[in-house]
Amino acid sequence: MMGGRRLSLDWIGAVPFLGYVALFLFLPTAIIVAGAFASEGGPTLVNFANLSRPYIVSAVINSVILSAVTAVGGAVLGAILTYAIATGNPRGTFRRMVTSACGVLAQFGGVILAFAFIAAIGPASAVYVYFSQHHLDYYASGVWLYDLRGLELVYLYFQIPLMVLIFLPAVDGIKPQWREATESLGGGTWTYWRYVAGPLLAPAFLGSTLLLFANSLSAYATAAALINQGGPILPLQISNAITSEVGLHEPGFAKAQAVVLIVIVAIVSVLYAVLQRRTARWLQ
Amino acid sequence: MTASVETTPRAGVEIRLENLQRRYGAVTALNDLSLTLAAGELVALLGPSGCGKTTALRLLAGLEEADGGRVVIGGQDVTGLPANKRDVGMVFQSYSLFPHMVAWENVAFGLQMRKVGPADRKKRAIEMLDLVGLAGFADRYAVQLSGGQQQRVALARALAIRPKVLLLDEPLSALDAKVRSRLRDEIRRVQLEVGITTLFVTHDQEEALAIADRVGVMNAGHIEQLGPPTLVYTRPATPFVAEFVGLTNRLPGTVKRGVVEVRGTELPLVQADAADGPAIALVRPEAVSIASDGDLAAGPLVGTVIAVAFLGATSRVTVDLGDITVLAQMPTSAAAASPAGTRVRLTLRTDPVLIAREETAAVEH
Repeated sequence: MMGGRRLSLDWIGAVPFLGYVALFLFLPTAIIVAGAFASEGGPTLVNFANLSRPYIVSAVINSVILSAVTAVGGAVLGAILTYAIATGNPRGTFRRMVTSACGVLAQFGGVILAFAFIAAIGPASAVYVYFSQHHLDYYASGVWLYDLRGLELVYLYFQIPLMVLIFLPAVDGIKPQWREATESLGGGTWTYWRYVAGPLLAPAFLGSTLLLFANSLSAYATAAALINQGGPILPLQISNAITSEVGLHEPGFAKAQAVVLIVIVAIVSVLYAVLQRRTARWLQ
Repeated sequence: MTASVETTPRAGVEIRLENLQRRYGAVTALNDLSLTLAAGELVALLGPSGCGKTTALRLLAGLEEADGGRVVIGGQDVTGLPANKRDVGMVFQSYSLFPHMVAWENVAFGLQMRKVGPADRKKRAIEMLDLVGLAGFADRYAVQLSGGQQQRVALARALAIRPKVLLLDEPLSALDAKVRSRLRDEIRRVQLEVGITTLFVTHDQEEALAIADRVGVMNAGHIEQLGPPTLVYTRPATPFVAEFVGLTNRLPGTVKRGVVEVRGTELPLVQADAADGPAIALVRPEAVSIASDGDLAAGPLVGTVIAVAFLGATSRVTVDLGDITVLAQMPTSAAAASPAGTRVRLTLRTDPVLIAREETAAVEH
């Protein structure tokens, strides 16, 4: 075969992956985007015009706020836990226990997680009954577990362990000699964090936070199980548009909303890539 | 390369470690260690891992606290001061450059801590990089530098703050042999040029002997012998020093009336008051010579050459005497006469020797 020797076959190993991505990422995305512009009468922008409906606007805002709050909260709390693990005994029981637990808990979500919270602290739970009998009625101003505040709490349950899993390698990469070098050069704890550990960990921290944001944004089952009235966040609205109980199926409109989610995730991904590129200059 | 640097040639300061104690739980890392470094002197602490040499350096740096004793730098007692108030420059064993800063920013970091203005600290950083021959690499990140280059930048970083003491914690042990010897000489050149009092910690005897004004051989938390390299090598004070520094033949013999008799040869003793009885004589390979002519009939010092290691100008010949093997070191030209398989007779130079009483590297005082 002419030029056969120049043909590298290394890429063959990537074929299953590329096929998978094409079939389950690019194809659905294309279908969604195309569908968002389609109606029975041909191409249309009406689905996007409908995005200006007040309950959709508020669902987008709520989704972004929920994701941001649980991403930042999860990142901060997770980072503190990560630091505790990383500065402890590398072969200690505490570290092994926490990292194994995080591996499980980061994947613990959906209906089961929602039910766990309902059973543990919901209005019918023994815990709530006990507290309300002792003048500590934490639902006095309404059962917040079933609205956005409840979602924030429940989402943190898997966000914090996920943060530990993805942030730990970065913290482990911090060498004790960097601190000692800082000290011998005249720096203290503050300067170490300000000029050395902070800048070194910042890209990983922000990158992890963006990942948590995307993780939260797309979560559906937990929210669906906890919230049965209305749709305060976008994934629930999309679900409503597809399976409306009052017979108003709006598949095109659902797809337009999905496009909004895709755009938000794309923005996050671009930010993530920019961060990665900055870090790549000094980490290899 | 010309290091046209204003390195403020100044005499270094005297450093005293006085009766330092350090324990880790039940383990005593430093046992009443005292050491004085004269101004501008380079002292190497040499010893096996776990002997306490790194602990001594870390106590001097202020990175660990002593359980007892004092650290005095230039007449000032700094025992209670934290590392960042001690004015010490340090180069670590593992690469410790800040990875997110380029070379000159690393070197300028200590100056930034000292509130030197941006323009001045960059100028000084470039000067220091020039001193270590890396002015052309100022804008490289650590990952873009070789191991030897990283350690040179680390040296420039340590010296940029004009410290009173320079501490080198096995700075060469992560490097390959060729880079190691070149950088070793480079460190010595820079140290002499700056005139800074320096403590160099290493487990590599060749390194210590090559670079230091004085070598302190450490064992089990204290200094066994402190002296110029030639003295430590030619007149080891204890069996431990004799065996740790350089190669040593352990030849069984018998002490009788102030001499040790080894296979028919009487050797004078360093420890003249040693009690009579069996002992191990510690004989340097260069004190063993080979005669390949003359009487090669079976005798206590006649054997067969089993290996010749070519070391350059000298060669090391391994001779099998039947029950033991003996190393002899000699000029390569002399060794050439006795290739492997040759029958040879050994003679022992009658220099005073140290003796050990046990099979292990016993410490005797």
